[in-house]
This record gives sequence, C-alpha cells and structure tokens, in this order.
Amino acid sequence: MLEFNLQHRYPGFDFQTGDVQLPSDGITAVFGPSGCGKTTLIKTLSGLEKAQGWVKLNHQAWQSDRLFLPVHQRRIGMVFQDAALLPHLSVQGNLDYALKRSGFERSQHRPQQDRWIELLNLGNLLNQSVLTLSGGQKQRVGITRALLSNPQILMLDEPMSALDWRTKNELIPLIKEVSKASKLPILLITHSPEEVERLADQVLLLNQGRVEQLESLQQTLSRPDSPLFDEQGAVSVLIGQPGKVSDGLQQIQVGDNTLWVKPLKRANQEPVRIRVLARDVSLALSDPKDLSIVNHMPVKIDELIEQPDHRLLVRLRLDNQQHLFAEITQQSAKRLNLQPGLVVYALIKSVALAE
Amino acid sequence: MEFMDFFAITPAELQALWLTFKLAFYTTVILVVFGAPLAWWLAFTESRWESLVSALVALPLVLPPTVLGFYLLIILGPYGWVGGTMEAMGLDHLAFSFTGILIGSVIFSLPFAIQPMREGFASMPRNPIHAAATLGAGPIDRFFTVILPLARGGFFTAIVISFAHTLGEFGVIAMMGGSIPGETKVVSIAIYDYTQGMDYAAAHRLSAILLILSFMILAVFYALNRRFMAPLKL
Repeated sequence: MLEFNLQHRYPGFDFQTGDVQLPSDGITAVFGPSGCGKTTLIKTLSGLEKAQGWVKLNHQAWQSDRLFLPVHQRRIGMVFQDAALLPHLSVQGNLDYALKRSGFERSQHRPQQDRWIELLNLGNLLNQSVLTLSGGQKQRVGITRALLSNPQILMLDEPMSALDWRTKNELIPLIKEVSKASKLPILLITHSPEEVERLADQVLLLNQGRVEQLESLQQTLSRPDSPLFDEQGAVSVLIGQPGKVSDGLQQIQVGDNTLWVKPLKRANQEPVRIRVLARDVSLALSDPKDLSIVNHMPVKIDELIEQPDHRLLVRLRLDNQQHLFAEITQQSAKRLNLQPGLVVYALIKSVALAE
Repeated sequence: MEFMDFFAITPAELQALWLTFKLAFYTTVILVVFGAPLAWWLAFTESRWESLVSALVALPLVLPPTVLGFYLLIILGPYGWVGGTMEAMGLDHLAFSFTGILIGSVIFSLPFAIQPMREGFASMPRNPIHAAATLGAGPIDRFFTVILPLARGGFFTAIVISFAHTLGEFGVIAMMGGSIPGETKVVSIAIYDYTQGMDYAAAHRLSAILLILSFMILAVFYALNRRFMAPLKL
C-alpha cells in the first residue's frame, strides 16, 4: 500500500495532495488535465524531485521529517513516456542493467528474464540496439526492464501518449497482463480517458495541484459530470463474461442479458470490459423486434440529467446493478414520458470491447 | 642519404620530444580528472557566479600567452606568494621547473577541456539517467555506467584537443619555464633555440615531426569523432 501526503510549491503552482492511500494491487489511474500536477506527483513520489511531506510504501518510510530515501533505494519500476532506455546498450544490455541491481540471486536472472520477455514478446529483439526499436517496442522493453529491477510498485508515466492508436491497442492488454501476473500495484499517469476506461481499477483525479477524488472506475463513470467525459460525451463501461462465438459475433454475458460484439482476439475466460458511448444508446418503451440493432436490453431509469443544447443524459440501471448512460433529446424524453423508475429498453448502436 | 640524415634525431631532440609528450599527457589527465566536476557544475548550476566562472575559464582563449606566462612567473617565482611560500617551507619555487610549466599548461588548455565536457554534459538526455536511478544505480554507479557513455563525445574531444593543444604550446613556457633540457625544454622551445642558433637542420626535423604528428592526431580524431562519438539520441 502506497500512502503519502506531499506539498510542493512553485511560483504560480501550489501542489497539495492531502492524505492519500492507494490500494496494494490493481491499476490506479492518475488522471487530470495538463498542468494539474500529474508530473509533479510522480516526480515527488519517486524522489526525482524533493517535496515537503511523507511517503510510505507497505509501511516502509520513503520520506518523512527526518528521512529522504534517494530514488535508487526506493525500488520503483518506472516506465517513462519516452521509455528512457539506455541508448548505449542493447535491449539485453538494458535488461541486464536492471537485473544486476535487482537484488535477485544470480541463478534467478534467467528465469526472471524468460518469464517477462515471453509475456511482453521481446524474444527476437534482445540483441538489437535500442536505437532501432519502434515506439511500441521501446515501451515493451521499458516495462520489462522495470519489472526485472524487482520493484515493489510500478509507475507508468504516460507510457502511451507518444504511440499511435494501433500500437496503443497492442500495449493496453499487455499492461493488463502485467498487472495480473506481477500482482504489483500500478500507478498509471495519463490524460487519456480511454486509457483510464480500458485499464483502471481505481482513479485518482487531480485538478490544479489537488487530489479531488480517489474512487473506483465505476464510481467515476457514474457521475454525469465525470472529468473522464470529453468531447465524445458520457461513457459507460460494462463488465461482462465472454461466451460462445456464433455467426462471427462474440457473446458477452452482462447480468441476464447478452451483448453481441466483435470476437475477442484471444480466447479469454476472464471478465472483459465493454465501452459504450452514451450517444450510441437510444431508448424505446417496448422491446423492438424489427430492428437491425442487435444489442437491446431492459433497463430501469435512475435519473434524468438535463444537459446544454436541449439534450438529456439518462442514467440507467441494468438488472445486475451496473449502470449505463444514454444521451437523448429532451423532446424525445417528453414524448416518451420518461420518468425515474420506469423500465425501458436500451438499444446500443455500437459497443467497443476494451480488451 | 639526405633522407636518412633528416631522421637522424639527436638525443637532445629526443629528450625534447619525450618531455613534450610527458607534459601533454599529464596536462590532459589533470584537466579531465579535475576539469570534469567543474564542467558539470558549469553545465547545470543556476548560481549567479556561473557567468564569472565561465569568463575566467575562457580567459586563456583571448589572453596573449605571454601575459599568462608573466603572471605565473611572478606568482610561482621565488618572490611570488606560491613560490615564496614553498621556499619558506624548504621546497623549491616553481618557476623554470617541470611542475611550473605543467601548471601553466593546465591553465593554458583549460577552456579546451572544459568547453567540450560542459557541452557533453548539457546535451545528455536526462531521462536515461533518471531511469538508471529507478533501476537501483547510485550516483557513482550512474556516473560510470550512464553519464560517461552519454557524454563520451565531450570527453573524447576534451582529451584529444587538450593533448594536441599542449603539444603546440610556446609562449607560456617561454615566459616562465625558460629552456632547461629535460625539465622545461619542450619541442616548441627547442625549435626556437635551434633557429636562433642557425641550426636549421635540427629545426626542420623537429618542426616536421610536430607538424605530421599534430596532423595525424587531428585526422584520427575527426575520423573517430564522426563514426563513434555522435550523440546517442533515441
């Protein structure tokens, strides 16, 4: 468990976290607009920059009134935005650099390395110079190197902000795998709502140098004014259990309802996330049978929230208590006489698997 | 026959050559070992003294070597505060000695060593150094395993240029070292003496050797610099 309370003052910027306790596993996304203090948080937590206050990891003090452990004694697996590989070494050289200083027994080096290079698929890159790697490859080496340093926590500092969407789509499931396999707490710094929705278990919301919230992803997404909602509008993340594939579509069981989505890339028994934009959800008073939209399910209206431009955000509740947002016009709501407590049918035009 | 004569170096000339290399070697070692911390400080300090120190370091670039040599002669000589103190302690003063010209050479080549190292440090990417720290490397470990390789171009330039520049030094040594064989009579001084004494054959020999050698050092430097010392950028 990472606990801290840090204060740092620059001219024109006042950074104060207050008391924060992060859970000891899972992915915590640190989210906020640029200039909110994300970089300051990671620099002062890691000791790259000195702030006032205290930091403890698993009850071991990193910083207190009398103590300031330098970075190299903190056992942090840090992954940088630009990967920050050692440019004068090969991929293997970078991994060895971490292993030599990891505290692992010499006999453990090979098994440790083999374990992670298989998961992160680095096998055929080991002898390459890091100067020849692509952006996604660099990050995979950076993550592997961080894991091989035998860390107690992983800190990923905007690891995907320099990557194109294709590479990002490859890296996101890997980060999830790393979280599961390493059982390490992961701090993911990001300004991308999509990364948060696809990866985070908890969200730490930063704004103007203050920690505004530390809550579960579901909690963050249940607020109509969630800071995660950008120009795409409100987003819901449903959690479901993958089932059979038929007619080229994958079944995902969400409570008593079944959603049909594009097949998963790899066979998976674990629950998956489905990301639904509120503007892709329409409402009907009865279950329409003669419609090309495949995904409909009964839901109960929780709340109607007025939005600008005569729009209305409807918070819906599924039978298994997960929530879903629909964005419709106020005129439609009046016509259908929508009220809290009413059971209606949600028609989902498009769903994305957040693998 | 004439060709063979040309390379018939006398023991006195050999001694001057050996002394020159010894001086250049020691000068380079001292400049790199003690200059690196100063170059580091200049690269990263936010102190308001930085501009003054930079100016001080750059002075030998603009001062006539005779001015530098003159002051050193005064300070290191028997009545100067360094030389005088040493005499009082029962030691010899430093004017007209190898130690004296070594001090002169270090000061004379100071900007040629500091500037490249400073640039080398300032242009290093910082994140790999931070990354090394998060991987458990302490400050000394980081210096030898990351900083030195990243700033190696600066070090390489500092070493070669300090060495080559010291080979060509004349004015400072002439002022404060005199021409004592085996002690202060380096090649440039010897060439001057031979010319004054009308021994043109000897002056030719030493001049040609110094010319060829300096050219070779610089040619090899530029070739290596281009191939191996380019900054490592990801």
